[in-house]
Formats: sequence, structure tokens, C-alpha cells
Amino acid sequence: MNTEVNFAGIKMKNPVTVASGTFGYGREYSNFFDLGKLGAVITKGTSLKPKSGNKPPRVYETASGMLNSIGLQNPGVEFFANNDLPFLRQFDTKIIVNACGSSIEEYVELCKILNSLDIDGVELNLSCPNVKEGCMAFGNTYEGVKKVTSEVRKVLDKPLIVKLTPNVTDIASIAKGVEDGGADAVSLINTLLAMKIDINTRKPVLANNTGGLSGPAIKPVAVRMVYQVSKAVNIPIMGLGGIMSGDDAIEFMLAGATAVSIGAGNFADPYTSIKTIEGIENYMRKYNIENVTDIVGKVEMN
Amino acid sequence: MPEQILAELVNKEKIIEGVYKFAVKADSIVKSARPGNFIEIRVTDQTEPFLRRPISIHNLDKENGILEFIFQIKGKGTEILSRKQVGDKIDIIGPLGYGTFKLENYKKIAIIGGGIGIFPLYELLKQAKGSNAETGVYLSFRNKDLVMLEDKFGKLTNNLNISTDDGSYKNRGFAIDFLKQDMEKEKYECIYACGPTPMLRAVKNYAVENNINCQVSLEEKMACGLGVCLGCAVKKAESSKEVPEYFHVCKAGPVFNAKDVEF
Repeated sequence: MNTEVNFAGIKMKNPVTVASGTFGYGREYSNFFDLGKLGAVITKGTSLKPKSGNKPPRVYETASGMLNSIGLQNPGVEFFANNDLPFLRQFDTKIIVNACGSSIEEYVELCKILNSLDIDGVELNLSCPNVKEGCMAFGNTYEGVKKVTSEVRKVLDKPLIVKLTPNVTDIASIAKGVEDGGADAVSLINTLLAMKIDINTRKPVLANNTGGLSGPAIKPVAVRMVYQVSKAVNIPIMGLGGIMSGDDAIEFMLAGATAVSIGAGNFADPYTSIKTIEGIENYMRKYNIENVTDIVGKVEMN
Repeated sequence: MPEQILAELVNKEKIIEGVYKFAVKADSIVKSARPGNFIEIRVTDQTEPFLRRPISIHNLDKENGILEFIFQIKGKGTEILSRKQVGDKIDIIGPLGYGTFKLENYKKIAIIGGGIGIFPLYELLKQAKGSNAETGVYLSFRNKDLVMLEDKFGKLTNNLNISTDDGSYKNRGFAIDFLKQDMEKEKYECIYACGPTPMLRAVKNYAVENNINCQVSLEEKMACGLGVCLGCAVKKAESSKEVPEYFHVCKAGPVFNAKDVEF
């Protein structure tokens, strides 16, 4: 049985990664299991300069999911390079840095630095719904996505993945912008822009009023989008959105994802990613699948 | 270091309507936990409710490896938890929080709590007694139906002041007012507080104005409890309003030096 995947040039021992913002830089979860068991670790969204994030409350539980509006709080790329990267490098896993910026210049500047670091790939965050500038502002048109991607491509030799927002009318056309911009892969979906109101105070529960919805509640939306994107582009897809188990991961792979990420599921159970790897192996045994890549895109439409 | 365990529920007790005390077998957590630490409980292995519930540690029975926590039914998570039976296994991560109550070498301390905020103060009081610190304990509740654990706290201190907001039981008024009255003669070296935010603000303001050491246990909505999601932000007092900086309750807290945080 072979669980290895070559995702956009990143050779992963299995297709399971952890989604940015749900795993920090790995330290906390390394108390629970060997990070070397993961196909890759995708870091917390990291920017050129440190960001302190949004006012609290920043998170709130909703039906089979949660809202967050963290606001990309992170220590900045320099701190990451000096402190978190050496820590992560101790583990036999791939390191993908989620990169965010508020202008094209900032993305380019950041990716120049990332290109010089001992990392395995970059995931361009064009999809955070919780910051005023950048991110999603670039991520919701074909032209915007293509422009940022191609500018970053010029300075980045490492595998380039672009993470998309689902808060668009036509996800397939946006993904095409990623491919045309020269990226190696696309990942989707980031959180769905959402809101919850406290009926007693009549105020939104998040200080930022709106936030991103994640967790099992969004999984069917994510699976649909992964399927649509897989039909539109020829670059590999990282699928995510509400994965809690191997069965969930298989669903994404059948829809067309070569790799998957565990996001909010890490919060409910620190071992969700490990259980997902085991679940994929169980499925492979059950259906006598030799290579995990054999199931990618093998959904049989009605 | 926090760990995840399946802890057996060994005793379950109703404290007042809607409030339960659970005792679970949790040797390893009990061993490393300190007063002020909390745990995160997953009440179901289904996806609803989705997140763990952060609950403070009430009592650590080091000898028997028993951890006690008390919780009020507030929503569906705590409601499901309340239906667990003795013998059931409960999915717990703990101990959580690196900011815990520090007794230092204070000889005389005040402990002040309000409502369900009094629960984590019990282990603190126990350890204060163990280190022979003199204590004054000020607990307030909304009304007499909500008064809890009077006897338990009373056994560990010579100065227990119980008050209710409406005067329906014992003293009428807020705990902070009785603490202030006593301060003249008692000269507490440190105030430890846990309770509703308005109470904590009043305690903090009083302590800061009078230059008294003060440790407050804070609460904020959180997802992971481990310092990963960065949800449970609380503003650093030293940072500006324009460029605020934050601690996280689950990691730097839940107990902070009152002067370090703005809430």
C-alpha cells in the first residue's frame, strides 16, 4: 500500500496536511504526536511584518462548525525564520508556509524572503475574509488572482500553491487565474464569510461583526468546489473544509483533490489529522487500493 | 505539558439547580496541574456541538489522582456533559494555561470570587492554607438560591465573607465592598480574583489604584485551548489603543497580573 503523493513537486509521505491557522507553527500539537507523521505542515498565515490581529471576541461556535475573525495575528516572517522554522525542521515532514500580504509588493517582498528559506513550498493566502486589505480583495477575480500569482511566480522558485476563497460566484474561473498565473497547485476552500447575532444584545457575536465559517458544516460546499475546480484546471488541488476523518478525506480525493488539509477539526481533537491518515489507509485496504493517488478524481457522476 | 485522556467519571454531585460537580480519575493531569489551570472537555465524538468546553479545575486530590470540576449548564455542550453517568469516560485535555495563581511567599492574601467564578479559587485557597498563608475569602452571588460551597470554603479559612447582590442571604452588596472594608485592618499583600467581568474590573481598578498585587483569572471565547487558534485574545495593558497587542487567555493565562491586562 502506497500513500505517497507528489503534490506540486512536494513529495509527501501521505496526502494529509494541516490547514493554516489551525496548527500554529506546530509546537503545541507536537506535544500530542510526532509531526513527522503528517504529509506536510502548513503554517499559520505569515506576513512580512508582525500582525497583532483583531479585537476579541474572535471565535464563536456555530452548528457543526465555528466562526473566526483572528485577523492574521502572526509574528512575521523574520521571527518565523529564526524561531519556528528550525523547530519544524526537526521533524520528518514537509513545511509549507502560508503567506499573506496587503499589496502585491508585499506579497512579492515576502516571497523573496521565503524563497531563501529552507522550506518546501509556499501557499499564497488570497482568501482571508477577516482583514480589510489584501487577501480576499485579490482573490475574488480572475485577473486579481492571475496578477498576484504571476508576480510572485517571478521571485519564487519553490512550489507555489494558491489558496482560494469560496466567497465568489464562479470558483472555477478564479482557479483558472491561478493556473494561468503560473502556480503549481491550488488549495480550497478558505472559510465562508458568515455572521452570527446574539438575539439578546442584538449585536454580532464577533467584535469584527463578520468572520469565517469553518468545520464540518462547510464540507459539502468545499467538496462541490473541489470537484468544479478539478474540471477546470490541470494543476493539483489541495482540498479542505470540515474534514474530520479518513472518510471525509476520501470524499475530497474522489472529487479531485490530490492532498487534503485538516483545519478546524484540529481544535475539536488534536489527533484528527492522525486519525484521518489511519482512515485513508483503512479505506485503501477495504477497497484494495494500491496507490492512494489512484482514487484522485474518481468520482462517478450520475 | 497538556495531554488528552479519557477520564472515568467517578462521582457526580448536583451543587444547586443546573450546577454539577464532577470528579474524574485523571492521575497524570492531577500530578502536573496547578491552581488556576483549566481543562477542555469534548462532550461528544460527533460534530455537534463542535468545540471543546473550557472548564476550570476546582480541586486536585493529589493522593488519589482525582480531578474535580464544577460547571453550570449554559448550553447544549454543558447540557450533554451533565447527562454523563458515573463510569462514563470523558475526553479531557489538560492541564491548560501557563498563567496560574502564584502564591509567592505572601503571608496574607485575599481571595475574591463571584458566582460560578468561585470554583477555581478553591484549589488556590487549599494550597494557600497548605503554605500557612492567612486568608480572607469574599464570595458573592446574585441571590440566596445561587449561593454555593459556603461550607467547603469555610473549612479552609477563618475569614469567610458571603454576600448576595439583593441581600437575600448574609451580607447585602458586592464582595469587593467587603474586601475594601477589611483592607484597612487586614493589609492583604495580594488579591486573587475570579468572577464576572464587571467584578474583575472593579477589583483590578482598586488594586491598581492602591498598589496592591492582584491576580485575575480571565475568560474569553476560545476554540483550541492550546494557544493555536489565537481566538481568546486579551489586550496587553501596555499596548496602545491604535496598535493593540494581545495575550491569549489559554496560554499566557487564564491567570494574569491584573496590571498587565486590559479587559
